[in-house]
Amino acid sequence: MALGEESRPRLQPFVRLQFDARRESWVLQAPERVLLLDESGKTILERCSGSVTVAEIVEGLAAEYDAPREVIAEDVMAVLGLLAERDLLLLDEESQP
Amino acid sequence: MTAPESAPKSAPKSALGPPIGLLAELTHRCPLQCPYCSNPQELVRRGEELDTAAWIEVFRQARALGVLQLHLSGGEPGARSDLPALVGAARQLGLYSNLITAGVLLDEAALAALAARGLDHVQLSLQAAGAQTADSIGGFREGHARKLAFAAWVRAQGLPLTINVVLHRRNLDDLPALIDLALRLDAHRLELAHSQYYGWALRNRAALLPSRAQVERATALVERARRDLKDRLPIDYVTPDYYARRPKRCMDGWARRVIVVTPRGRALPCHAAETIPDLDFPNVRDSSLESIWRESEAFNRYRGTDWMREPCRSCEFRERDLGGCRCQAFALTGEAARADPVCDLSPDHAALQALAAEAAAADGPPYRYRRFA
Repeated sequence: MALGEESRPRLQPFVRLQFDARRESWVLQAPERVLLLDESGKTILERCSGSVTVAEIVEGLAAEYDAPREVIAEDVMAVLGLLAERDLLLLDEESQP
Repeated sequence: MTAPESAPKSAPKSALGPPIGLLAELTHRCPLQCPYCSNPQELVRRGEELDTAAWIEVFRQARALGVLQLHLSGGEPGARSDLPALVGAARQLGLYSNLITAGVLLDEAALAALAARGLDHVQLSLQAAGAQTADSIGGFREGHARKLAFAAWVRAQGLPLTINVVLHRRNLDDLPALIDLALRLDAHRLELAHSQYYGWALRNRAALLPSRAQVERATALVERARRDLKDRLPIDYVTPDYYARRPKRCMDGWARRVIVVTPRGRALPCHAAETIPDLDFPNVRDSSLESIWRESEAFNRYRGTDWMREPCRSCEFRERDLGGCRCQAFALTGEAARADPVCDLSPDHAALQALAAEAAAADGPPYRYRRFA
């Protein structure tokens, strides 16, 4: 399943997001995988509940940060694409219209 | 956004990054006798193992040094009765804990105790898809059936499950059935890793090494399965070194991301490093993990690229593969600082190819089982 605006992403159940004081960074942990995240990456992932679409996440962030939708969309897709590539995301798409 | 964790490529002391993983080999005891066992041939006895307090102190120092992931391994870590205490301590320290197990010693209650203490993930080994072959490879009767029951308990606890299979001649044609089995067990990940030939596996190489044609069939099959199962079952595939043209970036670089601590407390940059005879590995009973990581000669010997000789030293790929595997260079040439013979730029590559062809064509002598319980 490809990542798209209609995807409803959520982190795989074995993924843990925590702040690492040693690296002064958010870290995402999974078996054999560690990714460092900045604040905006963390903000995006916190919204990936599996019940909202990528489009809704983008619109929510665009409104909250008063930023152009296409800029936010690019950031969101970059972060989620990287995680999807590493098998850290589930992308449940709704079958109904 | 995100950045894959990275440490500097060449590592002067001041710029050395923190390690990410600690592989804690809690014990060498194991009821299985796999002929490709990655433990050293000289095994540590029970009475020499670090005790509970010593291990927890290693975890604490590891976390302070920057370690995020703790792999509880062995041998069979379930042979340690203090496993729940160790898992609990790891969780309190903020480590992501991964239990690497054969799944035949822990019963349902023992697993529940680990889950309650905050275990994050279970990696269960299977030897083959069918009981008869699996038990003959592991040298343990009823082992396969116990593993299947264990996998179900893992999932019933809500714990994520990785199935790990070491691949070799006897189980390589089993891949479709292994992938089906991982799906049936509701695994989250499948790790398929060709046997690496150090230690026990090196002794059993003529019985384990598949032919090039067998490997090529398997690799094509795995690549297809990875595409087909992309969202259901991510598959990690570790390709066989002996048929490669470029060496793997072994351990992601010597002493760059991982510290291994053996049952008796020796700290290593890789679990096979003790096969290199002239390295003096420090012990966590005598030195802090931080001084071991930063200052010890053994950890600094093959760090970065400064140690390299030709053809690695001037090679355009030197930062990419960091010279491949030191243990393999030693196992195949007797010199750990030579280029990894897996690389087709190595002067030893042709000899390796000849050796692989000969071993793969051999009829397969009986396994020399690794017995140590």
